[in-house]
Amino acid sequence: MSPDGQPETGKKRKSIKEISPIDVYKLLPRTNCAECGEANCMAFATRLVNGELLLVDCPPLHTDEYRASREKLERLLAPPVRTVTIGTGERAINIGGKYVLQRHDFTYHNPTPIAIDVHDLMPEAELLERVRQIEQFAYNYIGRTLTLNAIAVRSVSGDPTKFGNAVRTITGASHHPLILCALDPEVMAAGLAEAKERRPLIYAATETNWMAMADLALSHKAPLAIFAPNDLALLRSLVKTLLACGVQDLVLDPGTFADEGFPDTIANFTAIRASACKQFDELFGFPLLGVPLTVWTGTELSEDVLTWREAITASMLISRYADLLIMHSLDGWVLLPQLIWRFNIYTDPRKPVTVEAGVRTFGRPDAKSPVLMTTNYALTYFTVESDIKVANLDCYLIVVDTGGLSVESAVAGRNFTAEGIAAALKSNNAAGLVTHTTLVIPGLAARLSGETEEATGWRILVGPKDSSGIPQFLRERWPPET
Amino acid sequence: MARKNPDNGPSLDAEQLFALAPQLRELLKGVHQIELEQFSMEIGDLELFIPTSGTGHAAPHPAASPAPARVKPTSLIRESYFPPNAAFPGKIREVRLGATRAEGGSRSKSLTIGGATTPAYFDFGHPPRHPPVISLDVFDMPVGLPKVLKENVAEVMNDPAEWARMNVNKFGADVVTIHLMSTDPLFRDATPAAAVKTVEEILQAVDVPVIIGGCGDPKKDAEVFTAVAQMAEGERLLINSVTLDMAESKTLERVATAARDHGHVLLAFTGLDLNNAKELNRRLYEYIPPEQIVMDLTTVALGYGLEYSFTIHERARYAALMGDSELAHPTISAATNAWAAREAWMKMAPEYGTRELRGPIWETINALTLLLAGVDLFLMMHPAAVLTLREIIPRLGKTGAPHADQIADWVGVRI
Repeated sequence: MSPDGQPETGKKRKSIKEISPIDVYKLLPRTNCAECGEANCMAFATRLVNGELLLVDCPPLHTDEYRASREKLERLLAPPVRTVTIGTGERAINIGGKYVLQRHDFTYHNPTPIAIDVHDLMPEAELLERVRQIEQFAYNYIGRTLTLNAIAVRSVSGDPTKFGNAVRTITGASHHPLILCALDPEVMAAGLAEAKERRPLIYAATETNWMAMADLALSHKAPLAIFAPNDLALLRSLVKTLLACGVQDLVLDPGTFADEGFPDTIANFTAIRASACKQFDELFGFPLLGVPLTVWTGTELSEDVLTWREAITASMLISRYADLLIMHSLDGWVLLPQLIWRFNIYTDPRKPVTVEAGVRTFGRPDAKSPVLMTTNYALTYFTVESDIKVANLDCYLIVVDTGGLSVESAVAGRNFTAEGIAAALKSNNAAGLVTHTTLVIPGLAARLSGETEEATGWRILVGPKDSSGIPQFLRERWPPET
Repeated sequence: MARKNPDNGPSLDAEQLFALAPQLRELLKGVHQIELEQFSMEIGDLELFIPTSGTGHAAPHPAASPAPARVKPTSLIRESYFPPNAAFPGKIREVRLGATRAEGGSRSKSLTIGGATTPAYFDFGHPPRHPPVISLDVFDMPVGLPKVLKENVAEVMNDPAEWARMNVNKFGADVVTIHLMSTDPLFRDATPAAAVKTVEEILQAVDVPVIIGGCGDPKKDAEVFTAVAQMAEGERLLINSVTLDMAESKTLERVATAARDHGHVLLAFTGLDLNNAKELNRRLYEYIPPEQIVMDLTTVALGYGLEYSFTIHERARYAALMGDSELAHPTISAATNAWAAREAWMKMAPEYGTRELRGPIWETINALTLLLAGVDLFLMMHPAAVLTLREIIPRLGKTGAPHADQIADWVGVRI
């Protein structure tokens, strides 16, 4: 904070893109001790500004000798959106920690955790069943397991005892991080008393209850969310006030309006994040909480419609800077796209889209094993790889350089052609791998089959359009009839 | 209204579809005025990202003194907030699709896309100049479609004209795309004359702007596009698409000049590569005015690389708004590509829901994600996805409507 109490803005800070490795190098020990695993301090500095390594990876920096430099580096490299930790132990979640407004400017960190709600009027059996569902929901996506991340406990009763009981039931049943939701400080206190040492997120401080909520956050060393629906001046006022109270770990909820107010919600989220990342407005430099669950406050629509609306609201908020979501629906068709989109948008856009072309061997193929073919687009390759591995197939997979395009795009764009296939068979010495001359090409490249038979002299089998069909395809069609 | 368990839910029926868009009729009547709230903070000229807060607007508050001594505040420390006035030097070109009789064609009305001066839905002050529009697909021969898509169009799949009519009358298409798949030399190798006849039928069946989809073969497409361009003189068709491949096959000039001479618009298709997109546009500028070029930067399915599409569209739009005129063209997205994802069409374990819901939500989220990245025209298929976009696009255009009371007690709501 600058001396006049205004947020530090503009030129006083550098964005992560403007920080050069030299800026960092100057503050490192410069002993080239290689304890970090890098060859020298300059290499470490380069990877640090790229976000590939962290300050903790440099052990000497954390000795007293370098304390002053370390603190300078911490300030230099701090993300304009602070990181807030919810929960404790292995399942604790970090939210925020964002450096940029747009993903292509750097990369997004700390994928948006999704919390699912329960409430204090649910009978215990129902509560436990819902917790079980939250814990068990998982999807295997290109070799990774995607899951839900937290539980939001809502006080619907308004009764401290009931809220405390519900929180106790949940802390006993789950190690997931918790968000305690009650706007009455007395109710919140009862919940917090049952979640000691769990570092739950307190939801929420408002214009009327902030003083008591600040005391609770301080006494329980817990992060505190601020709820100021569609009032950004009030939101800034509450941040300023709570910081003055000594509460450092704040989360911002400018309100999620899923129907008429939805454009305002998008604009508010964008304005807050732009202020933090472009102007370094410290009062807006905190994680954003989106609550797609608010769709359920409308009563005039059918359940299907509300569920549908919750799904689209969640996905758009993931795209528009939400660092944490609270949702209600546990339907798979709602959650699956969120988990996948979250995984995708948090990948590093600077990483290449491609895998190396060449032959991959799966299982223990022999001279009679199938030879399959795919493109070098990373997601295509990993999808095919995952399907082959899951089915324990013995086969060869030739990865063709299509310039990182998927099969369909590569066929349309002529990056995957009969000539290209012929060249790949040759350069990978396919004739030396197997004694047959049958090649399985992707179903989406079916139109190439005639040309390819001519160009290669190999017999072409058109495989399934989706690689999930490979196991069944090989069961039915391999070895091929002669 | 009925409360059904979505787990057991069958496909969305017509009643549900309209329930998805309860405000639709009202919105279409245009009864709501677009309200612009508190957006004009004129500070200097053309400054990007003027610091939004503090810095001179607000009188320094006494409580904001630097005193580090922690005296807990006893009342709220009031801070101000001024929305940013985000002005960008660049502007996306406006491209008109379709032509009325007065404009030299036979459509009942033409549509303009593009014209953005800020990133999509970026702030309160800049609603989209032209709201994005939706085109529904028609294929000129039976194609393999996922079951969930096919069941909506099964009865018209052998009749492109009827299919086009259904897209407009039943599903509310702003534009119709006819994919001339049968011209593919590797499938039916239908003649340009046959393709021209199909397009004529479509133009007679519907009076909305039409997009002409080719087969992807740069030589055959050139023949077909040239013939169609001649026949449909002045209709301002969108020709989908021209590629760098055509430049290599020496067919680009022919198609581009045919589009120019007969009054059509070109869709420049490139594969997730802005340098290629710029190069293709530069080549096209030799033959046709930039106001007759739309870009397709490639749409990949959610789960199969949508993030690459999202980021390439955001990058292109920001670059254009910052002054790169070679990227300052409206963009289209084939949201139907969402159906390439297995999660959209495959039967899965019950905990992932029915594909009758998973498929349409996949197409919907694909489209909405790129809507936020600034796409101006969507190629779509599933009626529920289309209705959702038709509900959301007008809604996103007008801010100032939240009722804080509605969500004030979301914590205590009984669900």
